[in-house]
Amino acid sequence: MEWSLQDLPTLINSVLPHLYLLLLAVFLGIEVIGRVPQVLHTPLMSGSNALSGVVVVGSILLVGKAEQAPWPVLVLGCLSLVLATVNVVGGFAVTGRMLNMFRKKK
Amino acid sequence: METLMEVGYLVALVCFVLGIKGMSDPATSNRGNLVLALGMGLAVLVTLFLPGLSNLPYILGSLVLGSVVGLRMSGQAKMTEMPQMVSLLNGFGGLAAALVALAEVVDLLYGEGLLRLLTQTSGMGSMGSYYLVFYIVTLMISLSVGGISFTGSVFAMAKLDGKVSGQPIRFPMQGLATNGLLFAQVLLIVGMILAPTYAEPMVYLLFVLSLVYGVLFVMPIGGADMPVVISFLNSLTGLTAATTGLLFDNRAMLMGGVLVGASGVYLTVLMCKAMNRTLGAVLLGQFNASGGGAGREMNGQIREIGTYDAAVLLAYSSRVVVVPGYGMAVAQAQHPMHELEKLLVSKGVQCRYAIHPVAGRMPGHMNVLLTEADVSYDLLMEMEAINPEFPQTDVVVVVGANDVVNPAAETDPGSPVYGMPILKAYQAKNIIVIKRSMAAGYAGVENELFYDPKTRMLFGDAKAVLSELIQAVKGL
Repeated sequence: MEWSLQDLPTLINSVLPHLYLLLLAVFLGIEVIGRVPQVLHTPLMSGSNALSGVVVVGSILLVGKAEQAPWPVLVLGCLSLVLATVNVVGGFAVTGRMLNMFRKKK
Repeated sequence: METLMEVGYLVALVCFVLGIKGMSDPATSNRGNLVLALGMGLAVLVTLFLPGLSNLPYILGSLVLGSVVGLRMSGQAKMTEMPQMVSLLNGFGGLAAALVALAEVVDLLYGEGLLRLLTQTSGMGSMGSYYLVFYIVTLMISLSVGGISFTGSVFAMAKLDGKVSGQPIRFPMQGLATNGLLFAQVLLIVGMILAPTYAEPMVYLLFVLSLVYGVLFVMPIGGADMPVVISFLNSLTGLTAATTGLLFDNRAMLMGGVLVGASGVYLTVLMCKAMNRTLGAVLLGQFNASGGGAGREMNGQIREIGTYDAAVLLAYSSRVVVVPGYGMAVAQAQHPMHELEKLLVSKGVQCRYAIHPVAGRMPGHMNVLLTEADVSYDLLMEMEAINPEFPQTDVVVVVGANDVVNPAAETDPGSPVYGMPILKAYQAKNIIVIKRSMAAGYAGVENELFYDPKTRMLFGDAKAVLSELIQAVKGL
């Protein structure tokens, strides 16, 4: 590997736009739940748990490119895909069940 | 086509933001959840149509299998077990991220991954080197944090379930061992970059260490703090989704992960605030470390009350406040509680519920449990609203709650619960405590409210006791 400090400004310049996006997403993540009432803490946590299963996209991409990859990649990929799907589907279903109880009462 | 994909991901991301926003308001929470699920479905669909995706039968098969298992699991879980359920699901998400990272490593070492990566970075000079280092670090964070989130969540679930003692587990040099393990993981990642020849064993060692660390991390934290831990681990899983998004250069995953990570940490802080604790104190397990007051001898004596006397007391008072706790939910006593409340209301008694922010096992958990039993939403009073009214309350009925009404939180600086805001039940004219036995609460602290001269104890299983009370009130 080669290293030179001359490229450092280029590096920073290439990273900065991403950093802007990430920082904005962090603020958005905080702002968007800013005034959540205590009653909704558990459902919200459950919902965002389901959302963190978005890694399912990564599992799909992994299995999808595992054509030429060694077989353990396919096995690990499928396993992670199943787990992530359980996380997503189970998460949203559980959240829905919790929230339905609130709706019944208006 | 590619453009359409990117637009699809963008729409999915907008759904994520609007969904979370919707979920933080009771009026729109149900729609919010649907919008979230819709966004996720869109993200998956878009990914399935990416050009050059092979192994489609495997992908669809896994998706179907996962969906079936997920639906069955969520359908079978009882409402009292929701926190465990969320924890387990979160563990699955963490493990999924770790396995993706592990598979990437295998592809790098034995497949064409490394070749692809080197071709990509060749000719980039030191920028290529920077990129390689960035890639390795991101990959290893995915692997390690995913592993921590997995074993941590599973261990937290076991603690909530009572399969492992809810008490903090301590052993000599624990802090050193736990922090050392974290430090060792950082060293391993640095080592991989400096000595790539030995990278393979280091990767596997890192994964094993992260699994052990997850358990050690949750070990010293008391059962009462588990919701905070689960919420924290949840945001860690969000972080791994973000790093996986970086690896695959996928914006939906990256932004979705960051969104969950940020809101997860903030939600964790909100939960801590409700308990008047700092996140640091919870994560370091300080709750019980300073528990000098836990073993304090209680003065005074316990006074019991019979079902009939209790029924008379309740039926002839004008204001009754019920303080429900997890014990009520475990005994499945919310239905008889609701029946008793209706009965009292029909006799002209004002009857409401005082909900402590952390009643149950998670903030908001008690509301879910009570609304499940058809209790009207208007009768559920938050702590700030009900606390000024306790002096005018004739009877407070404490059902399966303990720490949330412990006056030591206000009076005894030596008590582990000191500083936690409580329901000021001790200010009421009469207090009836329905309790299985004199055992200490979840925090393992004695409660002097039980020794208060105004307090009467009604021992027994909450469900049985409440059913007897209903009969007694009916017979008056």
